[in-house]
Amino acid sequence: MRIFATLRTALRALRRNKMRTILTMLGMIIGVGAVIASVSITSGAKQQVEEQIASLGENMLLIFPGSFSSSGARLGWGNWHSLQLEDALAIQTQLQGVTAVSPENRTRTQIIAGNQNWNTSVQGESPEYLQIRQWPLAEGEMFDNQQVRTAAKVCVIGQTDVKELFPNEDPLGKMIRVRDVPCQIIGVLQSKGLSPMGQDQDDIVLVPYTTELKRINREDWVDTILVQAVSQAAMPIVQQEITDLLVQRHHLKPEGPRDFLVRSQEDIAQAASATATVMGGLLAGIAAVSLLVGGIGIMNIMLVSVTERTREIGIRMAVGARGGDILVQFLIEAVTLSIIGGGIGIASGMGISHLIASLTHWPTLTPIVWIGIASFSSAVIGVISGFYPAWKASKLDPIDALRYE
Amino acid sequence: MNPVIKLEDIRKTYHTGEVDVHAVQGISLQILPGEFVAIMGASGSGKSTLMNLIGCLDRPTSGRYGLDDIDTSTLDRDALADIRNRKIGFIFQGFNLLSRTSALENVEMPMLYNHQHIQAQEQRERALHALELVGLSDRADHYPNQLSGGQQQRVAIARALVNQPALLLADEPTGNLDSQTSIEIMGVFQKLNSQGITIIMVTHELDIARYTKRTVVLRDGRVVTDDAVQNRLNAETELRNLREAHQAIKLTA
Repeated sequence: MRIFATLRTALRALRRNKMRTILTMLGMIIGVGAVIASVSITSGAKQQVEEQIASLGENMLLIFPGSFSSSGARLGWGNWHSLQLEDALAIQTQLQGVTAVSPENRTRTQIIAGNQNWNTSVQGESPEYLQIRQWPLAEGEMFDNQQVRTAAKVCVIGQTDVKELFPNEDPLGKMIRVRDVPCQIIGVLQSKGLSPMGQDQDDIVLVPYTTELKRINREDWVDTILVQAVSQAAMPIVQQEITDLLVQRHHLKPEGPRDFLVRSQEDIAQAASATATVMGGLLAGIAAVSLLVGGIGIMNIMLVSVTERTREIGIRMAVGARGGDILVQFLIEAVTLSIIGGGIGIASGMGISHLIASLTHWPTLTPIVWIGIASFSSAVIGVISGFYPAWKASKLDPIDALRYE
Repeated sequence: MNPVIKLEDIRKTYHTGEVDVHAVQGISLQILPGEFVAIMGASGSGKSTLMNLIGCLDRPTSGRYGLDDIDTSTLDRDALADIRNRKIGFIFQGFNLLSRTSALENVEMPMLYNHQHIQAQEQRERALHALELVGLSDRADHYPNQLSGGQQQRVAIARALVNQPALLLADEPTGNLDSQTSIEIMGVFQKLNSQGITIIMVTHELDIARYTKRTVVLRDGRVVTDDAVQNRLNAETELRNLREAHQAIKLTA
């Protein structure tokens, strides 16, 4: 059997009934289009989340203060000031796989520069903070360990603060007042954009943690400790070592309960992308249903087509077509329908996702592998839905088929 | 000379419901190469069943059927399809051309199912040659709905010829045509027959049968008479007579 001749026959049969062909394809177009669009949207969202998570820092572990039971009332995570500056120093000096540590305290407060003022997040950090967060400076420099030791009145500010407080001038060397502490700006951070939770990461003022603890907030606990592990592979070990060290330092029982929590970047990433995954599964389910409907449409039309063309089948059989030739002819017709429909579906799915991207500014991304999957499943749907009608056609008796009116 | 068709005590019984219908009840028949045979009979005489059997569209209940020295009684569906493709050219009462398909492509169609692969170029040449034989080479690109009944039947004849079969099998080929076109088609058959092509034709029209060389009459599934045609008509002469008669009517009117 010559495939090209059969393909030509199939195409001619499809061209003969353009409207019907288009309507039948529409089922596949919508189905495949829905698959591609939903996959594009969810993978775009997932990629964005992953990029944001990566922007948090490199090989980063976060230590949060823990929950605490006070006379039977259990307080949630973060409500107890269980982390001390000494914990951070111990982690830095005693653990092998740790390259950098930054004890962090955050205060939301008003800052004043000249006649401008702005409410921002003031964070006490160590000089290694920028290394942990993979955050380069736009200009100036970070405070050093000497300035940490002396609790120097210096700060490094984010781009949002520059925009709000120094719209038309170079902030470097200027003074800002944080509460009642005047600090000199010695560095400006590059822009980092939004966090995975949608917060503006550039709305930030960094000061030495000693300055924060002794001058601005006068606290004797630490909100969070940022730890950088030497490598991705070392993270689980470092996580365990930190846990052991803090259990020992806080005089806790090894089996718990704990008054702190160690989270790795992956934990956060998994939680964030879980939503996208669930969403994607839901959309894919809907898309699969519409693909099924498309397949049923093709089968329906092929059955009609076989009945309508009974006489043609009879003629072909009379001049020597075998049952197999007829089977292949109708199968190719069904597969052609579904593949062309699938192809248009892929194109329109990508078109829709681009449209969504440009209208809503959601990032979308069509993975190549999904284009392959969509093409392959279109072909499979064509074969499955075309087989029964084609088989029925191939089993016709030539005499009956020739007499069919 | 070996016969093209050798039927030995062919029987065909249909089992429809309670009663068995004995459509063909023991027909033995030999047809030699170059013959031009009309099979005649009233409806229900078994001529259509015999036609289907000779055309390998159906298998006999009993008896032996040799076509071009091949015993077809034992062949399966696919093998019968191949025999139809190589050995038999069908011509039907209703032409049975594929609609919205050009005359040329209609004629090329049987070659699609040929077992040896034929190049597209050669397919085209052979189809054009077949159309030339029936005098329609100038209509190759026309669609069936652009052709008259006689022209459509010529396309069907070209389609039947294109695989160079041992046998042309025509089932009431003039049944849907007016008398003049009928004679034209018989002229095509006579021309092809004079070139050595064996033709078997089913008809119930006596005057059409007189263009053939041999008439087999069936009744109740049996052969009643099997004679050579006396006073055979020549299509060319008849056509000329017909035209002159038309001319005469026009002149007197």
